[in-house]
This record gives sequence, structure tokens and C-alpha cells, in this order.
Amino acid sequence: MSVSGTSAAGEKRLSGAAPARRPAPAFDAARAREDFPILRQRVHGRPLVYLDNAATTQKPRAVIDAISRYYEEDNANVHRGVHLLSERATRRHDEARKRVARFIGAPDPREVIFVRGTTEAVNLVAQTFGRTRVGAGDEVLVTELEHHSNIVPWQMLCQEKGARLRVVPVTDTGDLDLDALEALLGPRTRLLAVTQVSNALGTVNPLPEIIARAKARGVPVLVDGAQGAPHLGFDAAASGADFYAFSGHKLYGPTGVGVLWGRREHLEAMPPWQGGGDMILSVTFEKTIYNALPHKFEAGTPDIAGAIGLAAAIDYVDGLGLEAIAAHERELLALAVDALEAEEGVRLVGTPRERAGVVSFLVGDVHPHDVGTVLDRHGVAVRAGHHCAQPLMQRLGLAATARASFGLYNTPEDVDALVRGIRAVREMFA
Amino acid sequence: MSELTDLYQEVVLDHGKRPRNYGPLEGATHRAEGLNPLCGDRIAVQARLEDGVVRDVRFEGSGCAISKASASVMTGFAKGRTPAEIDAVFEQFHRLVTEGPGAVDAESLGKLAVFGGVHEYPTRVKCASLPWHALRQALRGGGEAISTE
Ligand SMILES: Cc1ncc(COP(=O)(O)O)c(C=O)c1O
Repeated sequence: MSVSGTSAAGEKRLSGAAPARRPAPAFDAARAREDFPILRQRVHGRPLVYLDNAATTQKPRAVIDAISRYYEEDNANVHRGVHLLSERATRRHDEARKRVARFIGAPDPREVIFVRGTTEAVNLVAQTFGRTRVGAGDEVLVTELEHHSNIVPWQMLCQEKGARLRVVPVTDTGDLDLDALEALLGPRTRLLAVTQVSNALGTVNPLPEIIARAKARGVPVLVDGAQGAPHLGFDAAASGADFYAFSGHKLYGPTGVGVLWGRREHLEAMPPWQGGGDMILSVTFEKTIYNALPHKFEAGTPDIAGAIGLAAAIDYVDGLGLEAIAAHERELLALAVDALEAEEGVRLVGTPRERAGVVSFLVGDVHPHDVGTVLDRHGVAVRAGHHCAQPLMQRLGLAATARASFGLYNTPEDVDALVRGIRAVREMFA
Repeated sequence: MSELTDLYQEVVLDHGKRPRNYGPLEGATHRAEGLNPLCGDRIAVQARLEDGVVRDVRFEGSGCAISKASASVMTGFAKGRTPAEIDAVFEQFHRLVTEGPGAVDAESLGKLAVFGGVHEYPTRVKCASLPWHALRQALRGGGEAISTE
């Protein structure tokens, strides 16, 4: 492996180090890093190396400022006031929706529903689309790669309806078994729920092929884009998918806001989910007339600042160029995979054909929790655990892994710091 | 700043690597399992109670160095004690791992004092207390899996 000696101050140069392979200079991660105030701090006396981006990303100054500015200048409730501030807040909220629509290639901003995050988006679809489409004896198809939030809502629905939850298995490399998918798509399959990118292993699923196979059987597809949106983006119209869900906070935006995109014809046909203000046109005690899209699915005062913050995050990401970010992250990930593979005692968990953002690993027989604690004391933040993917962990015969996940501001020096931290783990538990 | 070696003291590392009283217990009268939902770890504790005294106690399961070491030291400590004594010691132990050595009479804890560094690592408190929850649950005649939440 290769490690640079120029990073963390006071670190001694590692012996046997060859010059590190560097990502192409097209994208300046070190400069982008300056946009993130939180990354300037030291933790436990070391520069912060944040490698827990799959859990949540840090926020650039532009997002923090957009939210502050909204509260300082425009704050009012939306759709409710005739006064100037309410008009401004409403306009900015509408603009945020349009910004999201452009980012994910949604043909119509009315197809963009603001929710709390991916979890809420999946629950919304399960409880509206799912409830009307799935009956006793029907089947809902998920995969072994899914996050709990794309399993449990479907399990609940199946329990309620007497339907069957079926699971597309993964191979030993952590790729979906597409032959098994083909065999599982049957006459009773009412929906396929599949992730774009695995948060536990980093597997990039071949969505075009998966969606084509489902479509050939007339099966609608929900794509969990929580990890895909920040690393790959999405083109809703071209994808053939029926629903797409993602979280703002994993895309450099604030927590508390996320997006459900759905095809217009589905959203029109679906019953509303939550009842309340904003989602109605008129209410009498005899009858309520529901509002048009997207408001039908947005009961109550929305997270206005959150939507504005998310739009600012999308502006930020597009400003740098999602393509350039993706290329940078791919090179960084390749560097990390090479370094970890070359590192004594380290085993990679999952070696998928294509990978984005994430690398999961084990250090000897040291428990990932202990790996995480030692890395933390070296300034390196990773996640240790089952990554809300317990069925996947069971399939792999593991209780937990350590996971390093990358974002646009990570650099090759961060990979070096990770490797140094892993060496300290091995030393401690030798 | 606290040092990693405050948490991972030699004794802790040793017990984590070579846990004592590990494996099934013949003739167990009480058993319970502790689950840590944060990491999916589980520690199962089995005890043999005679005349109101813990005659033997062993544990099994998967866990981090801290939870295994804690189970290892705890099982050694619990032998020959009554459930009431164990409850009383746990109270001290819990204070030790949440507030630190200054908050307890460390002498009275004996070997358990090696977990005095845990309080500097709030995310690891559950690891240290997991086996204790399982043991106390077992002695109360539980048997259901319990969680640290
Ligand atoms: C693949 C995947 N799906 C869904 C989620 C849930 O996202 P949220 O917690 O923002 O609702 C996550 C985040 O942890 C994820 O990684």
C-alpha cells in the first residue's frame, strides 16, 4: 500500500511507503473541503477525518447560510398568508421543489413530494400504493442488500395484507443474483423495492437491467436512492422506475427533509397518506376534497427551511459537477480498496463488480466496535455495526463490519489516516 | 484527553482475547441473553443457583473486547455471591462506567475497577454493562432476551 507522509501534522512517515496514486486534478477536493466549516476542527487532538458519509454528510457553508438567511429574511408559513413574507416563503419552497425535479430528471415538479427522508418516502408508498395494490397471496419483492427502511415497511404491509415478502439473494461478492431475480418475478409480484447503492457494501446495482426485467413482467419498481443520489445521481424519467426516494442529509443538505418522486399516474391514483392542513381543498364533516399534487401528500406545515437547504445543497453539488465528484470518489475508493487489500490482517467485506462511496472491512478478529473506537481516537470517524442491514449481515455470516464511506471532500490523505489508524488497531490488539 | 489505554487496559485486553468462564454451563438453572441493538452483539449468560448463591456462571456469544472482558471478569466475580450482592455491586459498577472512578469506592469493586476508563467513552458504556443486564435478568428468573436500550 502507499501512504503519504505529508498529511496529519506530527505523524511520522510510514516506512516502505511508495508514492500514493493520486486522483486526477480535475476536481480539487482539498479546496472543496474548505467549504465545510465542521471539517476544520480537531478531534482527540487530531485533524478530523470524516469517513462516515453514508450515515450523513457534512454541510457546506452555502447550505448553512441558505437556511439562516431564510429564517433571517423570509420566514413565514407557506400557502396560507396574503402577506409578502408568506408569498416569499411559498415561492422559495416552490423553487426548491423545481430544483429537486431538475436534479433527478422528474418531468413534472408536482411529482416531487417532500418528506422527512428515505424512510418516510418508503413508508408513504407502502401505505398508499402498497395498500391499494397488494392483497392476500400477493408478493412484494425486496433484496438482501436492503437497508431496514426498505424492508420493514414492506414486511408490515405484507403482514397486514396476508401477502408474502420475497427476497432476491446476493452472491458471495455482494452482487445481486439476477437469475434469482428473474425467477422470483412472478404473476403475484406487485412491487420490487431495490436500492441503487448498498449502504453496507457499496454495491452499485445494475438498475437499467433490473428495471427492464421487472417492467417486462409489469412489476412496478421503487428505487431507494439514499446512497445513490449523492454518488451517482438519478434520471427519473429515463430510468423506467416508478418511485425514487432519497434523503437530503446524505446529499450535503439538512436533516429532516427528503424526497419521494413518483410517476404522475401513480400519485394521482394513490389515496392520500396523512390527513390535515394543506392536503385538502375543502373540508366539511361529511366530505373532504383532497388537494392536487403534490400537496395531497404533504399534510401540515412542511420543513420549509429544510427544502430550501436541500435546494442549496443541490446547487452546491451541481456547481462542482456531480460527474466530477463521482470521478473523484471513484478514484478515492479505488485507492482505499487497494490500500486495505494490501494491508496485513484486513479483509474486505463485499467485492462487488461496481462500487460507490463505501468500503466495509474487518481487521483480523478484532470486533468492529473496537476498530471504530481506536480509529476515532486517531481522528478517523467510521461506522461500526450492522449498518441497518441485519439480514445482509446474517447472509454474510457476520454480526458487524467497520465501514469507511467517502464524500466529495475526502482526500487521499484521509485514506492514509485510515490505514495508519488500522495499523494502530492491529498493534493494540496484537 | 484520555488515552486509549485507559479503556483498553492490559487486563481488559487479556480478558477480551482469552475470556474466562466461556462456554456452556452444565446444570444451569438460570439463563438470559443480552442484545445490543446498536451493533447486533449478543451475550448469553447461564448460572447455577444453589441455596440462594451463584455456584457457577458462564457466558457465550459474540461481542467486542469490552463486552467480552466485562462478561469474563463479571462471571469470575459473581461466583459465590447472592443475587442481592450482585445487584448491589452492579449499582457501583454502573456508576463506575458512567461517572468514573471518582464516583465510587473503587476498592470495593476489586478487579472490576479495570473498567474505570469506560466512562470516557459514552458509546461503550452499553458494551460494559450488557453482560450484567443479562446476568441480573437470568437471576430474576427472566429468560427473555433483553436489550441494552
Ligand atoms: C440505503 C439506505 N436506505 C435508506 C436509508 C434511510 O435513510 P433515512 O434515515 O434518511 O430515512 C439509508 C440511511 O441510513 C440508507 O443508507
